Amino acid sequence: MNPIRKRRLLLVLVLLVAAAVATTLVAVALQRNVAYLYTPSEVLKGEAGEHARFRLGGMVQAGSFARAPGSMEAHFAVDDGDATLPVTYTGILPDLFREKQAVIATGRMQGGIFVADEVLAKHDETYMPKEVADKMGAAHQKHGVHADADVPAVGQ
Amino acid sequence: MLPELGQAVLILALLVAALQAVLPLTGAQRGIAAWMSVARPAAFVQLALVASAFAILAHAFVIQDFSLKYVATNSNSLLPVVYRYTAVWGAHEGSLLLWALILALWTAAVAAFSKSLPQPVIARVLGVMGAIAFGFLAFLIFTSNPFERLLPAAVEGRDLNPLLQDPGMIIHPPMLYFGYVGFCVPFAFAIAALLDDRIDARWLRWTRPWTNVAWGFLTIGIALGSWWAYYELGWGGWWFWDPVENASFMPWLAGTALLHSQAVTEKRGSFRGWTLLLAIAAFSLSLLGTFLVRSGVLTSVHAFAADPTRGLFILVFLGLVIGGSLLLYALRSPDGVDGAPFAVSSRETLLLANNLLLTSACAMVLLGTLYPLLADALDLGKISVGPPYFALLFVLLMAPLVLLLPFGPLTRWQREQASRPVAMLVPWAGLALGIGVAVFFLAPQGAWKVAAGVAGSAWVLLGTMRFLWSRLRTPGSRFTPEMLGMTLAHVGIAVFLVGALLTEGLSRQRELALAPGQSVTLGAHAFRLDGVERHAGPNFIADTGTVSVTRNGTALGVMHPEKRSYASGGQVMTEAAIAPGITRDLYVALGEPLGGGSWAVRVHVKPFVRWIWMGAVLMALGGFVTATDRRFRRREVA
Repeated sequence: MNPIRKRRLLLVLVLLVAAAVATTLVAVALQRNVAYLYTPSEVLKGEAGEHARFRLGGMVQAGSFARAPGSMEAHFAVDDGDATLPVTYTGILPDLFREKQAVIATGRMQGGIFVADEVLAKHDETYMPKEVADKMGAAHQKHGVHADADVPAVGQ
Repeated sequence: MLPELGQAVLILALLVAALQAVLPLTGAQRGIAAWMSVARPAAFVQLALVASAFAILAHAFVIQDFSLKYVATNSNSLLPVVYRYTAVWGAHEGSLLLWALILALWTAAVAAFSKSLPQPVIARVLGVMGAIAFGFLAFLIFTSNPFERLLPAAVEGRDLNPLLQDPGMIIHPPMLYFGYVGFCVPFAFAIAALLDDRIDARWLRWTRPWTNVAWGFLTIGIALGSWWAYYELGWGGWWFWDPVENASFMPWLAGTALLHSQAVTEKRGSFRGWTLLLAIAAFSLSLLGTFLVRSGVLTSVHAFAADPTRGLFILVFLGLVIGGSLLLYALRSPDGVDGAPFAVSSRETLLLANNLLLTSACAMVLLGTLYPLLADALDLGKISVGPPYFALLFVLLMAPLVLLLPFGPLTRWQREQASRPVAMLVPWAGLALGIGVAVFFLAPQGAWKVAAGVAGSAWVLLGTMRFLWSRLRTPGSRFTPEMLGMTLAHVGIAVFLVGALLTEGLSRQRELALAPGQSVTLGAHAFRLDGVERHAGPNFIADTGTVSVTRNGTALGVMHPEKRSYASGGQVMTEAAIAPGITRDLYVALGEPLGGGSWAVRVHVKPFVRWIWMGAVLMALGGFVTATDRRFRRREVA
């Protein structure tokens, strides 16, 4: 092999190794940081069991929101029309968080309660995030809500 | 009547765009001078028409013509006049019209400043831009007509989204679009070169300033978006790896790679095919960004309309542009002969590494952004990709880039004794490392991030200064605007590194309930809530808090965070109070009332957060300064 070819071969090998390392890293990083979306009924059926951290989507149940006076710990229930799951969140809720509106909370199950570390809400009473609407299927129609994209607010 | 005129003008613009695309392109292919000469006047007429349509829409907003559906949806009689202008591009239809207007501006600029180029080249370039304008205008007219009437007319408008009622939003979208659409110029040149089947260094030299200016605008646009999210969304973050942010960041990464690769191709003739591919990629990613933002397929802070016909239209358009240009590239890409040969140790190799790292970062962001769509399509469940994925991989990819950066300008083209630049930089590397180690032990928290930020920044800064010194010291060596631009942009990176890593490492934050008179301490700063009062704004009612801030007991002043409730839709908005500073920002946001007179309050101390945007401004400035280099405008003697 002449020196130029040799150098090119070396370059190709280096690139291949780099590509392999990159692919592995990307796969691992994706695996670790992907959060699945489940509805309360799916969670109660145990479908979310294998995922430690996941996103819970549904409607904030009417009359479920409570916060002890002067406390930052909020309690509410998320409802998909078929099942309800209690949620706690400590901190400031997004501006657009309301009862009877769609919400996506990220967190884990702890003793039957979903402990959220992030809550996303959307801004008007007729809005539901497309993915939540898809998930809830016919169930969301029980609420008389239609799916439509709009500007959601973000809270953490 | 005016809106109907606007509609007619848009249709005329569509016809002119068709003319501008078909005649010059065919003329250039067949060598018909008369057909090619249509390109320039068509570009100017196009600009006049689209600008008139835009002015008519703006007028409808100012006079509050609620018989227009778009105005009725995005304005309100209480809306302050300044926001009536920004409302023009506050939603889907108007922002597409802005896109078309900016495209017309770039096209007219190319037409005006291209006297030195041969006629077939400019005919092809303007023809390609005409074709893109045709696509966008057709999209506008057939799926997203901003002049659609509402019968009967609305009595009152629904109001502009309160999130967008903000001074930052006046200039963020235009800047971003100037960047996005500006990549159309190198793209059009790449397509023209492929159609002509030859890539001439002269044309490439001519496109470089355009790429630099577009990139500068995009940089400013992204920085403004980040700044807006920081003060308007109310929770103090500056980058969320949100799909829409990613959508603007991908063309930026590809564009940054393009800037560097264009320099190699122009000066050394190498990387020809790669430069063409990057030009295609940068603009394609801009289009993809528009698609992601406008189709509403992704859940995001910015995702607006979801209309399936629109999504389909953009998808088809995207497929035609990207697929068509890649096909053309595959058929015509320059083979074999690829400029002057270069050794492993040379500036070309370093720029190759730069390009590989930037495009890998771009591919990584693309994968993370589209993965949820992909998973959904394959029925793998509804997933979202968390920010740690992006943050981890981005840092891994950018760290080597920062390490290699100072070597680039000091290394010679073609062949370099590796020991020469290394010897020049070793003392400075040692100094940067020393500073980093010292900072590591001094940092009160987040030691790794802070040390990496300071050491990386010092390394880039010192290395760039070393380059400056060796340039200025050597008698007779020139210092061109191009070099000054590069220096500014690289210093911008140093400034950005301090901002990003020190903010991440040193920020302190607390969220808690405060009753009037109570206070919270964050390090040396104490924040006391004095009270919350209600007052009325032009189109909202606000609860305004009064927070006194002291540092080590010395009074620093009073801050007024607000909670606004907008009259039109009852929307609630947090307006954070920010006390800006060079070394730290103080940030207070009001949550909700918790009963008993106490409020949920979020306070941050964010050290060096301004440096993030200052760095971006320096980078953009670098792009603009580079573009002024007279070398790019030198006329060639034919």
